[in-house]
Amino acid sequence: MLSKDEILRLNLFSAEIRKATIHALSTAGSGHIGGAMSMVETLAVLYGKVMNVDPQNPHRKDRDRFVLSKGHSGPSLYAALALRGFFPLKELETLNQGDTILPSHADRNKTPGVDFSTGSLGQGISMAAGSALGARYMGNSYYTYCILGDGECDEGQVWEAALFCAQHKLDHLIAFVDYNQQQLDGSVEEVCHLGDLRLKFEQFGWYAQEVDGHEVSQIYEGIRKAQGQTGRPSMIILRTQKGWGCEYALAQPICHHLPISKEIEQQEIERLDREIEEMKRGMA
Amino acid sequence: MVQESVSFKEIIGDALIDLAREDSRVLVFDADLVNASGLRKFAEKYPDRLIDCGIQEANMVGMAAAASEAGVIPFAHTFAAFAARKCVDQIFLAACYSKLDLKLIGSDPGVTAATNGGSHQGMEDMGILMGLNNITLLEPSDGILFRWMLREVKNTPGVFYIRTNRKEERKLYEGDTTFQLGKGNVLQDGRDVTIIASGIEVYEALDAAKLLEEKGISVRVVDMFCWRPVDKELVIRCAKETGAIVTAENHATSTGLGSAVANVVVNNCPVPMEFIGVTERFGEVGSIAFLQKKFNMDAQSIVKKVEIVIGRKGGRQA
Repeated sequence: MLSKDEILRLNLFSAEIRKATIHALSTAGSGHIGGAMSMVETLAVLYGKVMNVDPQNPHRKDRDRFVLSKGHSGPSLYAALALRGFFPLKELETLNQGDTILPSHADRNKTPGVDFSTGSLGQGISMAAGSALGARYMGNSYYTYCILGDGECDEGQVWEAALFCAQHKLDHLIAFVDYNQQQLDGSVEEVCHLGDLRLKFEQFGWYAQEVDGHEVSQIYEGIRKAQGQTGRPSMIILRTQKGWGCEYALAQPICHHLPISKEIEQQEIERLDREIEEMKRGMA
Repeated sequence: MVQESVSFKEIIGDALIDLAREDSRVLVFDADLVNASGLRKFAEKYPDRLIDCGIQEANMVGMAAAASEAGVIPFAHTFAAFAARKCVDQIFLAACYSKLDLKLIGSDPGVTAATNGGSHQGMEDMGILMGLNNITLLEPSDGILFRWMLREVKNTPGVFYIRTNRKEERKLYEGDTTFQLGKGNVLQDGRDVTIIASGIEVYEALDAAKLLEEKGISVRVVDMFCWRPVDKELVIRCAKETGAIVTAENHATSTGLGSAVANVVVNNCPVPMEFIGVTERFGEVGSIAFLQKKFNMDAQSIVKKVEIVIGRKGGRQA
């Protein structure tokens, strides 16, 4: 269980990830803010607490691996990596500019700390399966973590991989679905209803849980339970809201991809700074 | 002395067993074709190193490529038709774009799918993959070359696709023949025309060359087993030295070996060219020989194309 201080620390990390993400997106002028925001707490728990990674040696062989299957949410992953020291924070201002190391979709050959290249939805979960299978075959004990989008689960490849991972008992694979209920064209329910995702993965043979994806303690507990599993892969369904933590995005009917002005950045950052001050007072 | 022919189906099992014995990183993936591909032998020898994914080619390809990030050398097999048509996006993203490793084998290309018919006769696999970057495309004409290819791709980091038929073929090469990736093999020299062929069409080209010799036409025959990158230097030399080229492939002429050769010819040394292959049609059931004849891919058809291309040399039209 996370201590009160650790919860505060991870909430602070979440707020810092949001600030850095919004700054990067406003410098670029627009971007996939909705999905970048909704997975922030999970990134904070993974990169702030759970994952064994080394920013000084991003290719260390025994590190845990991460696959951003919803590759378009790169900006908040980059913010988390920069805050962990994989590259200077200043790089975030080059998001989507020519010759940047930070393209909108995650690219292992461009960004220190990015383990797999994604962007074509449905593929990341197969990569995560390959990573977990390869690690086990090569005699390594590291974990592979993977975040999928909910809309991404429309892809047939996700379910091919779901069958495979259970069949091959990939218990060092821990995946998440960022179930923020919204995809590019509208609500998930209206476009291609996913129904009870937890039950679906359970019936595919996974150890499946559902947690509040904006509560770091619940995410952490879910991961701990998943790590305790043997002989089956784990799925954690994150109940989230698309755009969470960015009032501007939350106010839009659809916030998959939005223009972000400097004024909006300023308002959001001032608000996040106030939240950070409150959290720090709570710590003291 | 050229040894007795062995089916490619036997070779794939034996060759991968050899490679797996020598290199613990070798892992083999298949998509519910273990009993059809010849990999059963491998599965019996190394049950933990043959991952039968079930009928899910896209997941298999993405996963196999990603496993290389952990240090695995992944071989994956499915039918040629599905390797490209069902998996091009996974080959692109998980392997080529990611700069990871993948050794993909597509069996039964083109008319060699024979009685499996049109749905299974991948006439476009190489063409689909030809447009990707960071991939080497290969097609062996005989078992010696196929064995060499498997070893070579195992030892060379990167993304490879080998299309190969499973059925028995005639023998072409001696056991000690040396090959080089990206280099075609001149099987016989000639002055008047070059036939650049691949896979089963190499045998038709050799038969056509014999028929043409009887008519007093001197034919150079090249086994162009590497389609991408195609052997630019050899193509230019053939164009310059023989002044005309006929390509012969068990594939759609719109996007395959002929296109790759034409690209080099047009850019460097324009000479008359003719193309043997499948043009604007789907496959259908029938024996390989029947289909080669029906699709104008047999030796007689090559003879006709050679006569046409020679007629066009020096600006003359046939």
